[in-house]
Amino acid sequence: MRYIEQEKVVRRMNGRMVINRVFQGLFMFATALALLALVILLYRIVSQGAGHLSLDFLTNFASRFPDQAGIKAALVGSIWLMAVVAPTSILLGVGSAIYLEEYAKKGRITSFIQMNISNLAGVPSVVFGLLGLTIFVRALALGNSVLAAGFTMSLLILPVIIVAAQEAIRSVPGELRDASYGMGATKWQTIVRIILPAAIPGILTGSILALSRAIGETAPLIVVGIPVIIQFLPEGVMDTFTALPMQIYDWSSRPQAEFLTVAAAGIIVLMVVLLFMNSIAVFIRNKFDKSY
Amino acid sequence: MRTSVQELIAKSKDKKSKKIIEKLIPILLFLIASVSVLTTIGIVLTLIIETFTFFTRVPLTDFILGTTWLPFANSGAQFGIWPLIIGTLKITGIAIIVAVPIGISAAIYLSEYASDNVRRIVKPVLEVLAGVPTIVYGFFALTFVTPVLQSFFPEIKIFNAISPGIVVGIMIIPMIASLSEDAMSSVPKSIRDGALAMGSTKFEVAWKITVPAALSGIIASVVLGLSRAIGETMIVSLAAGSTPKFDGDFTGSIQTMTAYIVQVSKGDAGYGTTIYYSIYAVGFTLFLFTMAMNILAGYMSKRFREEY
Repeated sequence: MRYIEQEKVVRRMNGRMVINRVFQGLFMFATALALLALVILLYRIVSQGAGHLSLDFLTNFASRFPDQAGIKAALVGSIWLMAVVAPTSILLGVGSAIYLEEYAKKGRITSFIQMNISNLAGVPSVVFGLLGLTIFVRALALGNSVLAAGFTMSLLILPVIIVAAQEAIRSVPGELRDASYGMGATKWQTIVRIILPAAIPGILTGSILALSRAIGETAPLIVVGIPVIIQFLPEGVMDTFTALPMQIYDWSSRPQAEFLTVAAAGIIVLMVVLLFMNSIAVFIRNKFDKSY
Repeated sequence: MRTSVQELIAKSKDKKSKKIIEKLIPILLFLIASVSVLTTIGIVLTLIIETFTFFTRVPLTDFILGTTWLPFANSGAQFGIWPLIIGTLKITGIAIIVAVPIGISAAIYLSEYASDNVRRIVKPVLEVLAGVPTIVYGFFALTFVTPVLQSFFPEIKIFNAISPGIVVGIMIIPMIASLSEDAMSSVPKSIRDGALAMGSTKFEVAWKITVPAALSGIIASVVLGLSRAIGETMIVSLAAGSTPKFDGDFTGSIQTMTAYIVQVSKGDAGYGTTIYYSIYAVGFTLFLFTMAMNILAGYMSKRFREEY
């Protein structure tokens, strides 16, 4: 007596295998579609903007004439912005992470702070702009300066840095900590000399990725009131400035078609800056990736 | 004479400065950690106070029931929020239609079908897609997607809801894909192996085992994507136009809540004017929308999580 009818099983199985194949194809197609979008996007921007790229483009100020328009003020402005955002956000982010991972007792306050951080990460960037406008630009009277925009951006990327730093600190094995205490080190000594050095690659990688988000962020800058047409470079953190995404936004929203080419060239510069920052992050991740 | 270890320890214990540091550091770090809480409080207070000023000039009922948004009219300016909400929903709706099938399919492909090598290539590329600044997506919508759409459907205007909607969808694909993939990857291999051993095909495993088990995570990822689409600013500012409309038209210029805030900020609405305060009222509405989504996502992934 046969319990399994070979033919029937094969017949049923064929259909199921076909369905499997069809859906595998569909899923693969969908994934390819997402990748294709990136390829088209990059190709379009490079083919549109490459013609306008030149040394003059990097060293000229913005202009009414498309062929003379340059990105100098925006590029230097973005660097100034990062000079404020990087120390502020990393200091606040790593400090918060150390507190939450090392000092805070598990309890209501800690879980409240933690929940607050994850909610803050979901607040739209344009709302952070409103916060910056009210608190930094008006209440603290910083005006549309590098400092006001920098503080606004720092708060925007703070949740990202905190979470990255927390993960990095958490991945430092407990034995290192115990060994340090065993040698008579105090808590703070252990944190500064053992935990932070071990966690620094993770912290840096996360921070650089967060900073690269800040450098491409436009909406908060517009709301804070950062101007676009600027014919000078900022000389201090209290000076006004413009930034790469602001300049690109301005060029993209002009009616003359020539300015779209200029905008594409500006985007190439922005993407090169981002690529550079991301490569540093990947380099750090690979170079210092120690597993304990 | 050399000091003994005991003496060194005693000396070190006596140091005042060290004790003070050990006491001060936790306080200092607590203050730093409270910055994030202060930020939230700052956002909420800012929005509430300025919105309150707005409502002393424009009645609350006009704002939440009105269907005309005409803030720049010289006389008889109208502040009914619905056109902006409708604009936002149009963009979000299209974005979700684009992003959910592609994002979840990509997640299923990556977690169930793809070999390690494929995954090693595809995941970083998706990360790149997630790292592209939104201003770049906006430029792409305006200069590529809109013209392509126009060549198929001539009735589509330069500024419309479809093109930025599609591009916002592309923007949130990586988020939905990677969060869903995380959820699916956390389904234990033993369950999958069990189903495969019973003769299931890979598709049946994905459809009947992995997706249902990871459903809470998948839905949470979609809700987070929704929240991101609602708050997206630059793509809609560049490609969707600035015409707040209370209708079902997708082919012409519209305006979202975020785009209105940008429009006002970039012009010179004087401090203290009703238009100035209106961006806070709109910002507050936007904040409530995204907050509701984020809380829902958190609730979904906690409430319906299946623990293994």
